Amino acid sequence: MLSAQETFLVIVVIAVVTFLTRLLPFALFPGKSEKPAWVLYLGRVLPYAIVAMLVVYCLKGVSVQAWPFGLPELIAVAAVVALHVWKKNTLLSIGAGTVLYMVLIQFVF
Amino acid sequence: MRAGEIKQKGVLKTACRAALPCTVPVMVGYLFLGAAFGILLESKGYGFGWAALMSFLVYAGSMQFVAVSLLVPGVQLIQVAFMTLMVNIRHIFYGISMLEKFQDMGRKKPYMIFSLTDETFSLLCSAQPPEGVDRNWFLFFISLFNQAYWVIGSVAGGLLGATFSFNTQGIDFAMTALFVVIFVNQWREAKSHIPALAGLACSVVCLLFFGPSNFILPSMIGMTVFLIGFRKKLDCKEEEEPIC
Repeated sequence: MLSAQETFLVIVVIAVVTFLTRLLPFALFPGKSEKPAWVLYLGRVLPYAIVAMLVVYCLKGVSVQAWPFGLPELIAVAAVVALHVWKKNTLLSIGAGTVLYMVLIQFVF
Repeated sequence: MRAGEIKQKGVLKTACRAALPCTVPVMVGYLFLGAAFGILLESKGYGFGWAALMSFLVYAGSMQFVAVSLLVPGVQLIQVAFMTLMVNIRHIFYGISMLEKFQDMGRKKPYMIFSLTDETFSLLCSAQPPEGVDRNWFLFFISLFNQAYWVIGSVAGGLLGATFSFNTQGIDFAMTALFVVIFVNQWREAKSHIPALAGLACSVVCLLFFGPSNFILPSMIGMTVFLIGFRKKLDCKEEEEPIC
């Protein structure tokens, strides 16, 4: 364990660098300054691509070469998609999907 | 009280009420995930006070989990800074997508930038204020509520971890499920599926190529280059009505 002072320093460094990564685009294009058309275009299309990336990011640790071959994740993601297409209830999709996944990895696989 | 103040109070109240239901999906995810973080930090000997401090100052889900592994003797601050940069570099892209949305935020803008996590970003992308609700305050309350859930969750986790032990394995799937749900929502409303498919393809290819700990940066560069290449085709389609 680190001392309280060291722990605090580590936390401050993480906080500052994290804030800088969030601040950068706003610092480059401040206020109501004219933004290049291609930046605005990226701002419109990137969210779709990024959310897809975040799904992959969440599943990055899954191995398809060794047992259980990513089956719990596949089943749970498929369940979330199916539930959401069917019921369109965000809370239900997330809650049921998470419980299903926990049951799958704790008891089934 | 002056009439202006009364009116301002009413604006805040309606925005607050309208924002709350929008944040419910993140509430579930953040309470669980925050708790998982609090439990993990507690298991390394750092009590709920540290969890609260980190969730208050840092407020970045995956980075806080990484931070737990950095709080060990002999750690270098420069190494901490580099690690944080690598894990959080994706935030730059969220900012690009929020440039227009945050333009008229005024004094709320610094907090909106500070609190732009993965989950808040994904909510702000699609959240539409109901009729008659102030848009800027509505977005602000979404961000504020989200951080509140995260702080409450991590403190609760720190306290729980100190009292009981239980099997939380798999609870972090709540976040995966949230992103899958947002993906499905976006898929339904998108005029073109090319951006979503480009993001999916780039990330999967880069994951296979660069491995799980290094794929974020190359896939973001890849999808940006690809989307710029497709600009002529996509931009005219989306121009009339901004999609995010």
